[in-house]
Amino acid sequence: MEPIPAPSIDLVSLAPVLVLTVFGIMVLVTDLFIGKNKSALVFISLTGLLMAAISSLAKYDLPVYSFNGAYIVDHLSVFFTFIFCISSALAILVSIDFNQREGIKVGEYYSLILFCTVGMVLLASSTDMIMIFLGIEIVSICLYVLAGIRRNDPKSNEAALKYFLLGAFATGFLLYGMALIYGTTGSTKLTIIAEMIREGSVRSEPLMLMGVVLLIIGFGFKVASVPFHMWAPDVYQGAPTPVTAFMAVGPKAATLAAFFRVFAETMPEISPSWGILLYILSVLSMFIGNLGAIMQTNIKRLLAFSSVAHVGYLLIAIIAKNSLGSASLMFYMLAYAFMIFGAFGIVILIGRKGDENLEIENYSGLAYKHPILALSMTIFLLSLGGLPPLAGFVAKFYIFSAALKEGFVVLVILAVLNSAISFYYYLKVVVYMYMKEPIKEFNITLSPMTLFVVAIALFGTLHLGIFPGPIIALAQY
Amino acid sequence: MLESYLGAGLMLLLAIGIAVGMVVMTSFLGPKRQFADKMEPFECGESPIVSPHQRFSVKFYLVAVLFVLFDIEAVFFFPWAILFKQLGIFGFVEMLLFILILGVGLLYVWKRGGLDWE
Amino acid sequence: MELLIFYPLAGLCVIFALGVVFNKNPIGSAMSLIAMMLGLAGIFVLQQAHFIAILQIIIYAGAIMVLFMFVIMLLNLKGDDAVWKKREKNTLLTVLTGLLIAGVLYKVLEITSAGEFDSPAHVLETFGTVREVGTILFTEFVLPFEVASILLLVAMIGAVVLAKSKVD
Repeated sequence: MEPIPAPSIDLVSLAPVLVLTVFGIMVLVTDLFIGKNKSALVFISLTGLLMAAISSLAKYDLPVYSFNGAYIVDHLSVFFTFIFCISSALAILVSIDFNQREGIKVGEYYSLILFCTVGMVLLASSTDMIMIFLGIEIVSICLYVLAGIRRNDPKSNEAALKYFLLGAFATGFLLYGMALIYGTTGSTKLTIIAEMIREGSVRSEPLMLMGVVLLIIGFGFKVASVPFHMWAPDVYQGAPTPVTAFMAVGPKAATLAAFFRVFAETMPEISPSWGILLYILSVLSMFIGNLGAIMQTNIKRLLAFSSVAHVGYLLIAIIAKNSLGSASLMFYMLAYAFMIFGAFGIVILIGRKGDENLEIENYSGLAYKHPILALSMTIFLLSLGGLPPLAGFVAKFYIFSAALKEGFVVLVILAVLNSAISFYYYLKVVVYMYMKEPIKEFNITLSPMTLFVVAIALFGTLHLGIFPGPIIALAQY
Repeated sequence: MLESYLGAGLMLLLAIGIAVGMVVMTSFLGPKRQFADKMEPFECGESPIVSPHQRFSVKFYLVAVLFVLFDIEAVFFFPWAILFKQLGIFGFVEMLLFILILGVGLLYVWKRGGLDWE
Repeated sequence: MELLIFYPLAGLCVIFALGVVFNKNPIGSAMSLIAMMLGLAGIFVLQQAHFIAILQIIIYAGAIMVLFMFVIMLLNLKGDDAVWKKREKNTLLTVLTGLLIAGVLYKVLEITSAGEFDSPAHVLETFGTVREVGTILFTEFVLPFEVASILLLVAMIGAVVLAKSKVD
């Protein structure tokens, strides 16, 4: 038997994944040997995230394919790696005081966040369907566990169970779609699939189209777009608040990056078939997300529905399938990370042990007691709605112009209309904060780490809104 | 082509034959003495007739999940073992890394008490 | 010759699959499922997919079914339970779902029998043997192979965190 030659291994491309994995394992093992004090874990995790962000810049001549075309380092993946590192770091920072207050002492919390980040980086950098599947599964399993990490809280259990059952079901769809596409093209590599579609031999193959539909269902569930959004409000509500913020940003960004790669980059030639489906998904997500949010009285559910609506906007970038679309996706997710962590940071500050104050009416009169907090919350909410000159406005503007460039005028009009609707419920919270009398005494402990996160988020939201130029230049490259 | 499965087929038949044979033979050859106590199913000190509505501890489930995970790990060894010589040092390092990561998992499960019955 | 083995195996699979659905006792259903999976493994062997046949037996008929058993025992369902009686009311829904699936299957059959599958990659005769799978897995798919270990590690952590009674 002749020896099998070893394949070429490019560890430099893989650097962020390696760093994060090593640090994840370090956190896991350290946790086994230290006592009750978990601050060492926080320190190691943050160091790991910082080093991963730096190591993602190791490659210069982008794009670089490695591992037989299964892994790519390009502009999209590097930018998203940065978003993941920032959002995971913010999630860890915002968790410190929250976990202490709520008595979450599980050390695995931090290693799960790091491993989840590994999955996200893999998702954003994969050009092979098997890798995308593995990435999605790593991310999902971490999230199922993080959602249920408060094991004595029935709501947290409910969130984990619902998320797990529906998520596993959706994974089935995703895998089936991948299998059908593999069956028609004979490859799991996106580059080869793209080539076969370009040649035109598989364009009208019925199994190919069936695979595309199943992939849309799978991805649609993972990003919580209507009609696959049912899990989102319950899971967002039941999960611990830092986890909710975490899962609203990083994993969603990662899945959207993979979504963009599989559809906009791999199969633009058959975009009439998937474009119309995404169009419907996008419009439904915007309308149902925004109209659903109007009816909510719980701030976490409100933000959950609002995130469904935001997925609707983000899908427009995939429908536009141009380079401006990918750039706008990057900018939007960065801006979204700051807005979401800011808003959830304040939600965490308002709560206290045993009483999280999650009803919107609990925000009544916040402006009299804590004007700075109320002002920050107002800025985050208005930015989510898309008011100039805040980050949310620039992000939306950018996505809409990507769509207009491809001639999707009606879609953009619907999206703008929806942005207007969304102000109704964002302003509702603002009205409560500024114009109602407090219904009960605020008993707010201004925990320094959470305040720090809110400050970073505030800076990001304002900076990206007023001086978007440098970041946009980076995103467009 | 099908001839190559002859060995595997014989093995299968042999296995089925032994299993069936043992059951049949014991019922023929074994001595039979039946009385009331013996006809009750053996339950160590427990009454054999209770309500079925008692739930099993989640501990069983944890063991089952860990079993599935290590089983999946083991499956990767089959092709590796067949190709061990051909893959050379590269294959060895590759598998070492794989085992190392799962070894961390085992260490974790062990230290956390996942293997204890309490 | 191959068909001579295929049809009995396929027939057994169908019979046991029906057994899964119609068996009143959940344990019986699970046993039928195991038998069906063994039949499937036989069909995989016929297709030269030895590795998948092994996976089918070791992972599905072995490990996953153990998990199924535990779930059945955890929930402790019984054939004459009220839960099962309640379901009979949904006859209309059942029939509609059945019709829907039949329609989908019909459409799939129609498409597949039209027979325009010239695009799937033509594979070697040895494709699917353990040796062939290993060669691809350990060279071309070395990254997914290593990433799979991270996935398994995460699953282990998850199982312990959620199921261990005294973690903190």
